[in-house]
Amino acid sequence: MRAPFQRLQRWAERRLPSLTRHRKQEQLPVILHRRRIYIVPTGFGVAFTALLMVMLTGSLNYANNAALLLTCVLGAATSISMLIAFRTLNGLRIHGLRAGYATAGNPIDVTFDFQATRLRQAVRLDIADSMHAFDVTGRTDVTVSLPTEQRGWLAIPRFRIWTTWPMGLFRAWSWSNPEYAVLVWPRPEFSGPAPAQPVEDNRRQRLHRGEDLAALRDYRSGDSMRHVAWKASARHDMLLVKDYEQPEARQEWRLDWRDLRGLDDESRISRLARWLGEAQAQGRQYSLWLPTEVITISSGSAHYARCMTALALMP
Amino acid sequence: MINLAQLFHRTPLQPNVSERTFNLMCLTTAFVLAVHAPHVPWSLTIAFALGLALRWWQRKHRPGKVSGWIKVPMLLILVAAVIAQYGNVFGREPGSALAAGLLVLKLTESESSRDVRVGAAFACFLLMAALLFGQSLVATVVVGLGLLPALSTWRSLEPTQITSTLPRQLLPAVVLLAVSLPLAATAFLLVPRLSSPLWGTSGQQAARSGLSDEMSPSDFTQILSDDSPAMRVTFDGAPPPNHLRYFRAFVLWNYDGENWTRADRPEVASLPIETTGAVNYRINLEPTHQRVLPTLDVPMQAPAQSHMRSDGEVFAEKPVDDVMDYGLRSAVNYRLEGNIDADVRTMALQLPSGFDPRSHQLAAELRKRYGNNDVAIINAVLSLFHNGGFRYTLGPAPLGRNAIDDFLFNTHEGFCEHYASSFTVLMRAAGIPARVVTGYQGGYWNAMGAYLLVRNSDAHAWSEVWLPGRGWIRVDPTAAVQPQRINLGAQDAGGDQLAWYRSEWVESIRNHWDIVNRWWDKGVIGFDAMRQRGLLTPFGIRDADTGILERLLGVGIAFFGAVGLLWALWRRPEGDPALAAMRALERKLARAGVIRGRSEGPRNYLRRAIRSLPGQRTELDHLMRCYIELRYATVEPHPESLRAFRQAVRNFQPHRVV
Repeated sequence: MRAPFQRLQRWAERRLPSLTRHRKQEQLPVILHRRRIYIVPTGFGVAFTALLMVMLTGSLNYANNAALLLTCVLGAATSISMLIAFRTLNGLRIHGLRAGYATAGNPIDVTFDFQATRLRQAVRLDIADSMHAFDVTGRTDVTVSLPTEQRGWLAIPRFRIWTTWPMGLFRAWSWSNPEYAVLVWPRPEFSGPAPAQPVEDNRRQRLHRGEDLAALRDYRSGDSMRHVAWKASARHDMLLVKDYEQPEARQEWRLDWRDLRGLDDESRISRLARWLGEAQAQGRQYSLWLPTEVITISSGSAHYARCMTALALMP
Repeated sequence: MINLAQLFHRTPLQPNVSERTFNLMCLTTAFVLAVHAPHVPWSLTIAFALGLALRWWQRKHRPGKVSGWIKVPMLLILVAAVIAQYGNVFGREPGSALAAGLLVLKLTESESSRDVRVGAAFACFLLMAALLFGQSLVATVVVGLGLLPALSTWRSLEPTQITSTLPRQLLPAVVLLAVSLPLAATAFLLVPRLSSPLWGTSGQQAARSGLSDEMSPSDFTQILSDDSPAMRVTFDGAPPPNHLRYFRAFVLWNYDGENWTRADRPEVASLPIETTGAVNYRINLEPTHQRVLPTLDVPMQAPAQSHMRSDGEVFAEKPVDDVMDYGLRSAVNYRLEGNIDADVRTMALQLPSGFDPRSHQLAAELRKRYGNNDVAIINAVLSLFHNGGFRYTLGPAPLGRNAIDDFLFNTHEGFCEHYASSFTVLMRAAGIPARVVTGYQGGYWNAMGAYLLVRNSDAHAWSEVWLPGRGWIRVDPTAAVQPQRINLGAQDAGGDQLAWYRSEWVESIRNHWDIVNRWWDKGVIGFDAMRQRGLLTPFGIRDADTGILERLLGVGIAFFGAVGLLWALWRRPEGDPALAAMRALERKLARAGVIRGRSEGPRNYLRRAIRSLPGQRTELDHLMRCYIELRYATVEPHPESLRAFRQAVRNFQPHRVV
């Protein structure tokens, strides 16, 4: 039932762009101007109008002025509710969008930053087959989850902001299609070999020497001569030893694209993604060598995000 | 044994409809039951209320759907109960009882928002239907109040609703209805009324109250205890004194020993009357569902769309089903029908044979004693009423077959009907032509509203006797027994029935409250097709026909639509007021030729302005310092300095230097 309808919708969008009222891509911030807000009675609104007509005819027929007055009050309230529905959307501003992080296949959180000068109640957002309801006062963040399928840029699908406030008699809506894409990280492979890395000791030391020292301390017997800070010691009357904050408990990983010969690109990416995830989880230091980019050794979540982003943007 | 709880619990709880919504829906239903209670039998109302309470309790403590095994039998029971009560389910009363029951049953399946919406809409319809049974101000206001929970129910179905107290939930609906009133009033004034109904409106309440065109012992007790307004009278000039406020409705000629009935006298344009004093007045008559139009004393002419009969009765062409307003001119000092025909005389002397022998005997004795002096006979009978131990009461002892004899010689107690009836019989027996007149007497003069309020309890019966050369003369025998009846009114005269709620201050409040009712009756209920046609008379349009009204209605709706759109489109000026004032200053300076560059800071820009407009150096310098301070000195600008800055911007007028 749904598929033919969507096909029809796509055809109509292509052939009758002015009728479908879908928006082309637009720059943020998006402000819902009155020209792009549409309003129609809901099914219930139509039925209630028919009921009002019955009431009107009845009260006129029985020349019953009290009933007529009541009907008029209800009718007027109905039409005012239409204006209220319109006012709920008019001037609503989508100031910006923020995306979280997600690997392909997992939903990604996208936060809409709505702004309004006055309270907008019961605003609803239809995006990617899910519906969210919220009030907007001042600045309101609304977070929605979007499904992801593959790594790379994911354009925010066109979404609809609508409301039936205050009485469900009228439905006002506006389509919006901001130019905004979120980056989806590659999906790590489920299982596979660990990075087999014969890391030479001297390289490790060299890498170590390049690092900042945490502190200098007095020499204790048993300290390696290599760690003595000779220059600093020369200015003091005792030997000083370079103290590394954390002794290296784990091996550092050098994750290299070129080591994965014999696999296709996507498999390489997903294996690297898995290794990155494991390295991050184990708190290792790691570096990523890609044909397009080399990310030097480091650790921490910012480093992980940088590596995953580089992987996601691999051609 | 079937577990009842299981029946209620067929599907697990999935609360699509919040408890708050459901409570509002229950409140709406309670309102509907309340406004329909006056005309739905008590047994049904109580059953409906019990059903409502039970369902509320059930949903609160054992939430979930109600099984069809309960709903269907309940529906059948409802239909059966209505049929048992009324005989069928069609027509206004059975229909509304059935609908109220259906609404209660609808609550048993109000578990989705769609059901609740439909239920509340149906409740709105039922609220309106209640007004078809009576459109008094109180009823209308109560029905209007009933709209509040209905509208709030719909509102509560919208998402993101925070729970709050009941008044807070009802308040938005109050505001909405209040805002709707201007548009509603316009529509109410201008919606063209139907000059004739589209379908039958018969079967209106048959004989609710009001005067009957015959007089039998039981009728009057009913009407005399009915306090509802019968009519309101405004006079051109001062109102006549109380003892002249006799409003004639029916003239009763025929007596069969038990009942007095009227005779269809021929229609006349005016009565043969010689008058020295006349009163102009307007009567605003409550619906009686009869055709008779009460008139003060003797009308000179029938009002429009009505006719007069030769005995002074006035009948409208159609039954008075709605409030009716008519103007009249009546004689107060007059000589009516100096001569009467032989057949009128025969009618006015008719008496059933074989009734009331002692009364006949008394009349013959009086005639013998006073000879030809009719006036003496009348006075003798009146003094008999006055001195003969007669008592005025609204609850007299029942009378036997010879009612007049019983009353005159045994019970000695009764009210206007008994006195008028026996007096007339005595007159006829004595050979004096006489007839009974029923109508209203007295009324309450409402000084604040300058009108006379006549209640149904002011109904009265009196006699008219015909004397040669003097015509028909009104004689009120009740006055002989109970002068207060004439001076004070029926309720005060019926002393032994005086209840606490008839005390003076309650009466006074009631009478003042009647002003509001009168305004409502005149302004809203009585606003019929004719009044609507005259609506535009002040604007020079004598007869506003449907076309004009429709066009005006369109204009009115367009006007309110424009006002509403302006409101909907109006946007609060956004952002920083200091910045807005600066923009205003920029616009003024731009007119003088100093246009702010895209990346130009306020200081540079205003310095440049000072160079361009050296004559206004001090002003601009002051403005600049104010603005810099407002924007950058503090996080939150001081409202006082903000006001000063805006004022300075408003006062600044750039002088173009050539």
